[in-house]
Amino acid sequence: MTFFIASSPHEHSRSKTSRLMRLVIYATIPGIFAQWYFFGWGNLIHISMAIFCALLTEFTVLSLREKPNGKSISHQLFDGSAVLTAILLGIALPALAPWWITVIGAIFAILVVKHLYGGLGHNPFNPAMAAYVLLLVSFPVQMTNWQPPLSLMSIQLDFGNTLSTILTGYTQEGYSVAQLRTHVDGYTMATPLDTLKTDLTLGLTIAESRAGMIFGDNFALGWEWINLGFLAGGLFLITKKAIHWAVPVSFLASIWLWTLGGYALAPDINAPTMFHWLSGATMLGAFFILTDPVTGATSIKGRLVFGALAGFIVVMIRNFGGYPDGVAFAVLLCNMAAPLIDLYTKPRTYGHLNSKNNTNNENKTTNTNKANKANKANKTANTSKTTKERN
Amino acid sequence: METILERVQRSRWWKFHGGIHPPEQKFLTNDKPIRNLPLPELLKLPLKQHIGQKGELIVNVGDKVLKGQALTNSQHPMAVPIHAPTSGKVIAIKNAVVAHPSGLSELCLFLQPDGKEQWRERNICQNIDALSQQDVISKIVNAGIAGMGGAGFPTNVKVNIKNNTSTKIKCLIINAAECEPYITADDLLIREHSSEIIDGVKILANILKPEQVLIGIEDNKPAAIKALQQAITAFDNFHVCILPTKYPSGGEKQLIKILTGLEVPQGGLPSALGIVVQNVATCFAIADAIINDTPLIRRVVTVTGNAVNKPQNVWALLGTPIKHLLQHCHYQAPTKEHLILGGPMMGYSLPSSDISITKTTNCILAPSSEEIPNTNNEVDCIRCGQCADVCPSQLLPQELQWFAKANDHQQLQKFDLFDCIECGACAYVCPSQIPLVHYYRIAKAEIRQQQLQDLKAEKAKARFEARKLRLEKEKIKREEKHRKAAEARKAMMNSNSGQAKGAKSAVAAALARAKAKKAQLTSKTGDIKNTASDNDSSFTNSSTTNETNNDKKLQVAAAIARAKAKKQAKAISSDDNQAEKNLAHQSLDNNKNTATNSKIKLKSAPKNDTPLESTPKTRAEKIALAVAKAKSRKIKTAVDDKKLSSGKNINTDKKQRIAAAVAKAKLKKQQQNKPQIESQIELQNNQSKESS
Repeated sequence: MTFFIASSPHEHSRSKTSRLMRLVIYATIPGIFAQWYFFGWGNLIHISMAIFCALLTEFTVLSLREKPNGKSISHQLFDGSAVLTAILLGIALPALAPWWITVIGAIFAILVVKHLYGGLGHNPFNPAMAAYVLLLVSFPVQMTNWQPPLSLMSIQLDFGNTLSTILTGYTQEGYSVAQLRTHVDGYTMATPLDTLKTDLTLGLTIAESRAGMIFGDNFALGWEWINLGFLAGGLFLITKKAIHWAVPVSFLASIWLWTLGGYALAPDINAPTMFHWLSGATMLGAFFILTDPVTGATSIKGRLVFGALAGFIVVMIRNFGGYPDGVAFAVLLCNMAAPLIDLYTKPRTYGHLNSKNNTNNENKTTNTNKANKANKANKTANTSKTTKERN
Repeated sequence: METILERVQRSRWWKFHGGIHPPEQKFLTNDKPIRNLPLPELLKLPLKQHIGQKGELIVNVGDKVLKGQALTNSQHPMAVPIHAPTSGKVIAIKNAVVAHPSGLSELCLFLQPDGKEQWRERNICQNIDALSQQDVISKIVNAGIAGMGGAGFPTNVKVNIKNNTSTKIKCLIINAAECEPYITADDLLIREHSSEIIDGVKILANILKPEQVLIGIEDNKPAAIKALQQAITAFDNFHVCILPTKYPSGGEKQLIKILTGLEVPQGGLPSALGIVVQNVATCFAIADAIINDTPLIRRVVTVTGNAVNKPQNVWALLGTPIKHLLQHCHYQAPTKEHLILGGPMMGYSLPSSDISITKTTNCILAPSSEEIPNTNNEVDCIRCGQCADVCPSQLLPQELQWFAKANDHQQLQKFDLFDCIECGACAYVCPSQIPLVHYYRIAKAEIRQQQLQDLKAEKAKARFEARKLRLEKEKIKREEKHRKAAEARKAMMNSNSGQAKGAKSAVAAALARAKAKKAQLTSKTGDIKNTASDNDSSFTNSSTTNETNNDKKLQVAAAIARAKAKKQAKAISSDDNQAEKNLAHQSLDNNKNTATNSKIKLKSAPKNDTPLESTPKTRAEKIALAVAKAKSRKIKTAVDDKKLSSGKNINTDKKQRIAAAVAKAKLKKQQQNKPQIESQIELQNNQSKESS
C-alpha cells in the first residue's frame, strides 16, 4: 500500500482563480445595467461580440501552446480571465462603434497583449486597456463616435437599430451614425468630458459649459449612474476581498486632491471633483482595471503609489492632454511603472530591523555612482568637443 | 509608552503581519480525556529525535533494560540521550525509516517490551527550590528533554543562558498557543496537568529568573485557560495571556511579537532580546524529570482526522509505531491513504505507518479524501498578492515563487527567502493553488547546496594557492642553496688553483670510471635476464623490458663515458680508442636498423625464417641485439595481455616508442588474419631464435 505524499500545507482555503474572476464579472453587472438603461443595447452587443472573439482567440492560442502537464485546455479557457478582458473592453468601447473595432480589439488583447507575453499572469499591460488604446490611436473617428444618452436622441434606437448600426453603419431606417449623434438643434453631441474640453477651447467657463443638456441635472447625464454602478460593484468586490482597497482608494483620493486644487485655484477652467469622479471611466478604472493584480504593484505601499500616480495622470490628461479621458493611458503608463514601484516599496521583512537604512545607503551609493558616471560621461563629452573644436 | 506588564494587564497585544484563520477542527478531539494505550509489541526508537546530534549508544543487542534506563548518553550539548520507554530486551540496533520529511533511514533501537513495566531506581525530589542551576540543567539533559513543540531544540541549551550571554532574561514565554488546526495535545495536557506544568514553569523561572513569565494561549481553549489561571494564582509575575486565535501565532517569532512587540533579529535567537520561549509540553516534561525523576519516555499525541473513527488524544510511549496508535483509534484506511505527521499546515506526509512516535510528534492526522483533497490544481500566478497579505514574515511570496521557478538564487536571497518560516499561510490562501512552500523548500535546498559547493571550491582554491606559494618558496630556497654551493666551489677552486685542478680532474676521472663500471655491470645482468625471461609471465617481461631499455641507454652513455674517461684519465689518443668511439656512435645507428629489421621479421612472421646472425662480435652489435630483443619482447607483452599501459613508463626514447607502436599495430593487423595462439607461438619461436 503506497501512501500519498504531498508537501505541506495540506489544507487549502479552496479559493480559485476562476472564482475570483467570476466574482469580478458579476460585479460589473450594475454598471452594465446603467449603461444599458442610458445608452441602449450597443455595449451589450459589443460585450457579447468581444467575449466570442476573445474565447475563440484564447482557444486557438491555447491549443497551439504547450499543454500544462496533461490537463485539458478547457480548464484554462474558462478560468474567466479572457471573458473578463472581453467584458471590460466591451464596456469601454463607444456603443455605436462598428463591429470590426470589437473584433480587432478582442483579438489584439488576447493574442498580442496576453499570450505573446506568456499568457495569464505574465502580461505587463492590462489587455483590455492596451487594446482600447490601440483602437483609439488607430481608428480615432470610429472610437470617438460616442452616442448621447437615449433621452436626448431624436431617433428611436431599439435593439434592431443598434445591431444594424454596429454591423452596417446605418439604422434600419437608413440613418447614419453621424445623424444619430445630431441633436434636434442640429449640433453633434459628445460625451460630457469631450464637450467640456471643446467648450473650454471655445472660451466658455466651466459653469457655462455645464449648463448644457449633456450634463443633465447633476454632473453628467447617464455617466454618473454608470459610474455609481461600477462604484457599487467595486465596493462589493472589496467586501468580498476579491480586490484590494488600496488602489481604488489612492486613485480616487489622488483625483480628488488634484481636482480640488485646480478647482480651488481656477474654478472657471477646472471641473469639480465630483464631475471627474462620476464621468468617463473613473470608477471602472478605479475598481476594475487598475486593480488587475497581474499588471499592478503588489505591496500595499506600492499599490498606494500606483493608484496615486494613475489618478495624477488621469487628471493631467483630462485637463491638459489631447484626449478627453485618460484612464486607459494612465493605466498603461502605471503598468510600466509597476515593477519600479515594487522595487522601491518592498515591505520590511520580519526581523530585518535596519534594512531600511541599508537600502537607503545602497541607494545613495548607487546614486553617487550614477553621478560619478554622469560626470565622467560629461567630461569625456567635453574633451571630445574640445578636440573637435581644435580640429 | 506602555510597558509590557501594562499591556499584559490590559490584554492589549501587538499584531504580527498577516496570518490566516483556517478551520480549526479541534472539536474532533478536545472533548475526550487523554487515553492510555496498551503496550505495543515492539518499540522502535530512533537514536536522534531532536535537532542536533545523536548520543552514544551504551547498550548492546540482547541487553535487558529497565523502564527509564538511558540507552544513549550525551557528550555534546546538542546531543540528548534517549531512554527505554518500558522494560524489555534490545533485540536489534539497525537503520530504519524515521519520522522525517525525507523518509530516510536512521539508526534505530528496537526494544521488545516484556510487559513487566519494571522501573529503574528513581529518586523523587522533594524540594525543587533547593536545586542549583547546574543541577537542574544536568537533570534536564539526563532526562533527554528537547523542545516538544515541533522543532525539538535541546532544552538544556535553551535554558543554559547565563553562561553564554550577559543579557538578562526579561521574559520567559510559555507557548500554549497551539495554533495549528486539529491539534489539541497541549490543550488536553494543560487541562489535565496544569499544576505539573506550572511546577515546570517554576523550575525554569528559578534558574532563569525572568522579570515576567507570560503564558501565551489562544482564546479557543477556554477550559485550558481556566485551568492555567487557577494554577498560577500563587505567583505574582506569572500571567496567562489570552490571544486572539490566528494562525501562526504559535510560531516562536510570532508569539514574541504578539506578547512583547519585539522582533527577533534576522539570524538571531530570542535570547538576544532577553527572551526564552518554552512549550507547555516541555514544561510538563521538565517537571516530571526533576520532581519524579522520570525521563522523557512518553508524550501526548493527537490522533485525528475523518479517517479515524475515534479521534482522541493518547499517551504514546516514544518509539510506538504510528500503526499501533491508529489501530487503537479505529483507523479506516481510505482508498488513497494519506497520513500526516503534525498538523495540516506544517506537517509532512508519511511514507508508511511503521514510523514511530518521537519527542516532537504532536499529531497524527489521517484525513479522508474529501477533507484534504489530494489533487494538484496549480495554475499560473496572477499576482493577486493575497499571499503577501497573509505572510507572517512580511515577505512577497508571489515574487519569491517567480524567482524560485526561474532559479534566480541571487534575487531569492535579496527577497529574504531564508526568513520564510514555511508556515504555509501563503499556499493556503493562494487562489491559483500554487504549492508555494514546496517551491521555497526546493529553492532553499538548492541554495544551501550551492553555498556548500562554493565554500568547498573556495577552500580548494586556498589550498592550491598555499601550495603554489610553498613550491615557489622552496624553489627560491633551492636556487639560493645551489647558487651558494656553486659560489663556494668556485671560491675554493679559485683560491688554490693547482690543487683544485688536480682534484677536479681526479674527481672527474673517478666518476667516469664508476659510471663505466656500472654500465658494464648492468648490461651484463640485462643480458642474463634477457635470456632467462623468455618464457616468463607478461609482468616480468614488461619489467625486464623496462630494465633492458634502461640498459640500452646506460650502455650508450657508458660507451660515451668510457671514451671520455679514457681520453681524460689516460690522456692517450690511440686508434683503438678511436675505433671504440666510432663503434659507440655506430651502435646508435645499428639500433635503428635492427629495430626495423625485427619489425620486418615480425611483419612477415615466417616460421623458420632468417635465423639471427651468430654470436655478435662487437660490443655495439651486442647492444643493438639487446635492444631488438627488448623491443620484440615488448611487442609480445602487448600481444599477450594487451596491457598497453605497461609500455607507458618504459620508454623515454621517442624513436623507439614510435617504432614499437608501428610494430604493434602491424602485429595486430596480422592477428586479425591468423589465430592468436599461432602468432604467439611464432613470436616465441622467433624470440627463442633471437636469444639463442
